[in-house]
Amino acid sequence: MRSVIDVMDLSVKELEELIATAEDIIADPDKYAEACHRKKLATLFFEPSTRTRMSFEAAMYELGGHVISMSEASSSSAAKGESVADTAKTVSNYVDIIAMRHPKEGAALVAANNASVPVINAGDGGHCHPTQTLADLLTIWREKKRLSNLTIGFCGDLKFGRTVHSLAGAMARYEGIKLVLISPVELKLPSYVKRNILEPANIPYRQTTDLEDALGELDILYMTRVQRERFFNEEDYLRLKDRYILTEEKMKKAPEDMIVMHPLPRVNEISVAVDKDPRACYFKQVLNGKYMRMALILKLLKEAGTI
Amino acid sequence: MNIDSIQNGIVIDHITAGKSMKLVHLLNLDRDDISIAIIRNVHSQKMGKKDIIKIDAELSVDLDVIGYVDPEATINVIRDGVLAEKKAIGRPKRLTNVIHCKNPRCITSVEQELQHVFVLRDDGYRCLYCETKAE
Repeated sequence: MRSVIDVMDLSVKELEELIATAEDIIADPDKYAEACHRKKLATLFFEPSTRTRMSFEAAMYELGGHVISMSEASSSSAAKGESVADTAKTVSNYVDIIAMRHPKEGAALVAANNASVPVINAGDGGHCHPTQTLADLLTIWREKKRLSNLTIGFCGDLKFGRTVHSLAGAMARYEGIKLVLISPVELKLPSYVKRNILEPANIPYRQTTDLEDALGELDILYMTRVQRERFFNEEDYLRLKDRYILTEEKMKKAPEDMIVMHPLPRVNEISVAVDKDPRACYFKQVLNGKYMRMALILKLLKEAGTI
Repeated sequence: MNIDSIQNGIVIDHITAGKSMKLVHLLNLDRDDISIAIIRNVHSQKMGKKDIIKIDAELSVDLDVIGYVDPEATINVIRDGVLAEKKAIGRPKRLTNVIHCKNPRCITSVEQELQHVFVLRDDGYRCLYCETKAE
């Protein structure tokens, strides 16, 4: 049974197919309005993530399917001590596909190894969040009309930021990608990501702590939030959280065709005033995420022979 | 130094000097019901110094554990006092319940029944679930 735990589970060809499907959905949504008629998606969210859950639910509804949700982990069988493996086995009897979010790394893989229906990882702790990367890829494709020959600046928490690791891995498979890694020293991209992803693909990168200095050379600025939940130490979080704030003033130094992306939610790392700048694409990412989730649900259900 | 030869059992040979005690621990050989001899820092033409473990019992040892601790070690199976089988080990591609993931954010930290699985990557062993590198 095919599941998607990491975006690297998908080949470049499959990514292109998903993007093509998403583009087709955008062009002609009616064509897909009954594609998942009478099929059910379970959204198992063991930690709160309103936007990702709603995106999956909206995706399934727009495909003509139904959604069953676990209300809250605290009031579910998980609170009674049921394992992820048992939950996956049980829920497989009710639905055709599962989207799961869990605070522990590797939980989605455990679910996929035990479920009899496809599992989509909707985020497993700080590990993987493949559908966010799919949203990012569609956004880059739609805004830049290419996935190659791009200079991407990742800014903020590059240590714990799974979206950064995941997008860097996905982009490393395309030609002519350069990275600028903008972060405080304490939140630098981990060396294993450089060694396992960037260096084998010969991706040129430079590290800096200066956002303004880097802006002029970027095609894409990917901002990230410093996430309180990834810190064991509150003091470290408070010290680092406001290190980078993108403002209208700083945007004046950015190229006219640069785009600003952010996986959201933001706290204050992008000033609200930047939202009206045509280069701000983070709310488009949200919409693109829904289309890519639709494309992925369709793909996995087709491969499973369910539709 | 004389160690009696064994009739039926296993000799783990060519252990890198200093690694025998870790093997004894991980193979659960430090128990009362079997006779073992741990020979440390003996001269070896090939290795300079090496350790040897002789186990005077017909038990199955986990080759993955040996391969993880010391992939260059060899196994000699002794039956009726003669060498019946000789095995090279090598580095196993996958380790199950040999080492434990120390990442408190890993799913294995909360699901007690889950096996701890490490897979061999370019830079060493990493947890199957969270990709944390084995210490």
